[in-house]
Amino acid sequence: MKKTIIPIGPYHPLQEEPEFFMLTVEGETVVDVDVQIGYNHRGIEKLSELKSFDQSTFVIERICGICSTSHPFAYTRAVEDIEGVEVPMRAKYIRTIIAEGERIHSHLLWLGLAGHFLGYNTVYMWVWKLREEILDVMEIISGNRNNYAMFKPGGVRRDINPEDIPLIMKKLDKIVPTLKMLFKAVRDDPVIHARTKGIGVLTKEASINFGALGPTSRASGVARDVRKDTVYGAYHEMDWDMIVTNNGDVFDKVVVRILEMFESVKIIKYCLLHLPDGEIDLKIKNIPPGEGIGTHEAPRGETFHYVRSDGSNSPVRHKVRAPTFMNLPTYKATIKGEKIADASIILAAIDPCYCCTERMSIRDTKGERLFNGKELIRLSQIKTQTLKQKLGVKETSLEKLVQGKP
Amino acid sequence: MDILLTGVYVVFFPGFFTVVIIGLLSSWVDRKVTARVQYRKGPPLLQPFYDVVKLLGKETILPKQGSRFMFILAPLIGFVSISIVAVILMLRPLVATSFVGDLIVVVYLLTLPSLALIIGGAASGNPLAAQGASREIKLILAYELPFLIAIALIVYKAGFKIDLQTLSATSELGTVSGIISFIIVLLCVQAKLGFVPFDIAEAETEIMSGPYIEYSGPLLSVFKITQSLMLFTLPVFMITVFWGGIQFHGWELLWFVIKYVVILVLIIVIKNTNPRVRIDQALKFFWGFCTVLAIIAFVLAVIGNTYGIAWL
Repeated sequence: MKKTIIPIGPYHPLQEEPEFFMLTVEGETVVDVDVQIGYNHRGIEKLSELKSFDQSTFVIERICGICSTSHPFAYTRAVEDIEGVEVPMRAKYIRTIIAEGERIHSHLLWLGLAGHFLGYNTVYMWVWKLREEILDVMEIISGNRNNYAMFKPGGVRRDINPEDIPLIMKKLDKIVPTLKMLFKAVRDDPVIHARTKGIGVLTKEASINFGALGPTSRASGVARDVRKDTVYGAYHEMDWDMIVTNNGDVFDKVVVRILEMFESVKIIKYCLLHLPDGEIDLKIKNIPPGEGIGTHEAPRGETFHYVRSDGSNSPVRHKVRAPTFMNLPTYKATIKGEKIADASIILAAIDPCYCCTERMSIRDTKGERLFNGKELIRLSQIKTQTLKQKLGVKETSLEKLVQGKP
Repeated sequence: MDILLTGVYVVFFPGFFTVVIIGLLSSWVDRKVTARVQYRKGPPLLQPFYDVVKLLGKETILPKQGSRFMFILAPLIGFVSISIVAVILMLRPLVATSFVGDLIVVVYLLTLPSLALIIGGAASGNPLAAQGASREIKLILAYELPFLIAIALIVYKAGFKIDLQTLSATSELGTVSGIISFIIVLLCVQAKLGFVPFDIAEAETEIMSGPYIEYSGPLLSVFKITQSLMLFTLPVFMITVFWGGIQFHGWELLWFVIKYVVILVLIIVIKNTNPRVRIDQALKFFWGFCTVLAIIAFVLAVIGNTYGIAWL
């Protein structure tokens, strides 16, 4: 059968951001996919290295408009890791509240878009209306609907006013019944079942092999969640469930995200009711030389930040790895053999966020890509070797960690 | 004088211009009700007219690699055929335009807009348009079968009369088989209109409006008018065949408007409470569920006719 190439992108109504999927199709069946990113490079890491540690938090917040708390959370944890300090308990609780509020709004946003991709615009509009409630909650706490500017190395910038708590509780109570209705609608609608069940299946093995993160991996039966696996924030203070399902199809990814929102509401409520007294900020004066790693379970999976300090007031190196970077390659496993009609929802199912993920790509004037992945890895290795020789380092601590040496 | 009057009927009222205006108003109703269902405000009353006028003033861009002649002709074929259907249906109560077999002509002409879409999509030389055209072909094959069985059932019940004048005299909604075939035709109309859940050929988030992708300016506006004409003509066709026809005097006119609004709102509600299905699922739905249901209705009608049971 003749193979045709169906381009999705770089500009397509399906996408909010520029990225390019080249679907090779035979008739209506997708036989291969090539994902090309690199249209959106903004040099955030470099910008962060030019700012002070405190200012960087604001830059990092603007990596992504949706997970605008996940990146600062991971970044502040990395900076605190350099210094080896623990933030006050009240700050931890407030951080947790903000992070979970963001999870609800992010999952709702995705759910609406998923409806839109399936041609179900009523769901799209209803869900986004519901999202307003949680954005109101965030506005009450931080004064902003997005980009909350709540985080700083060593604590949080603003305290939660005790007078606001009843209003926040009321708003949260308003969300739950509508969420329940949505969950029932998804669970019982035969047409949604027909469009999502058994579509874009990511098996447990494939999920582990590709290193998928977050809801994408939890829908495939991989019980991995930074909030459970590491002790940070206030997550270990209370009882909540990690949602894991086993089928790995689009339907399970929807279900995981909806159920996670109930857990998030639970966590926020607990935090608000048990908010400890005390300081909200350590008032860190200077950052010692060293390197630190910070992680956080963003709505899309684990966000990873690496920060290196030389004792000055700005990071020498700041590396960001967004969860979408790990989830993108799973397309190779999920989309092959599916119909073009299902491609859009499968591409959307990992809840991709390209502005978090984007790194540069090198192209000639005709738009052809000059370096492929292998060449880039080789270049990177050469650079590391030269740097090590220049610095006289034999083996970095990270390399030891990778090789399993103590 | 008679010819002049008929000319006025055909061109102005209740013919071509009236139908276009009501069609565009219907598309406003569609957009407004959809918006209200989705917690939005919706467009102002004249928005569909603004859209058409705006598109008419825009540049027409013809694709280089496509067949230009067919690309320009396709929207006109669809527009002309649906206009003829609209005029035939609207003029029937006023002038004795009904001739033997006009039902066949109408059913035939009703498929032409879809065929025009296929021709236009294929002529534009765009892979996504070709994809949309191929989906439209499959969709036509899917819904025409139950659609024709349901129409045949009505013809059978009317004693093998194939003219609209006879069919419009009776309402079939008092019988079980009539209601079933009405529902089947309603679903087929949904597919003919290209509305969710059967907007497979256009599928904005999958193939970027499919066959329409290369169309711009006046040609696109012709397609838009064709669509809104269908939004008016198909319910009128359903009323004529299933629901006692249309009359233009006294309370009958009001009754016609109510029937029309009921069908229109049913279509809009179906549109807003479903996600889009895949083409293979649509095929399965029409050839499996709908066709079987249509055959059952036919059997019921035959039983009712043979044994004289009125409600079957």
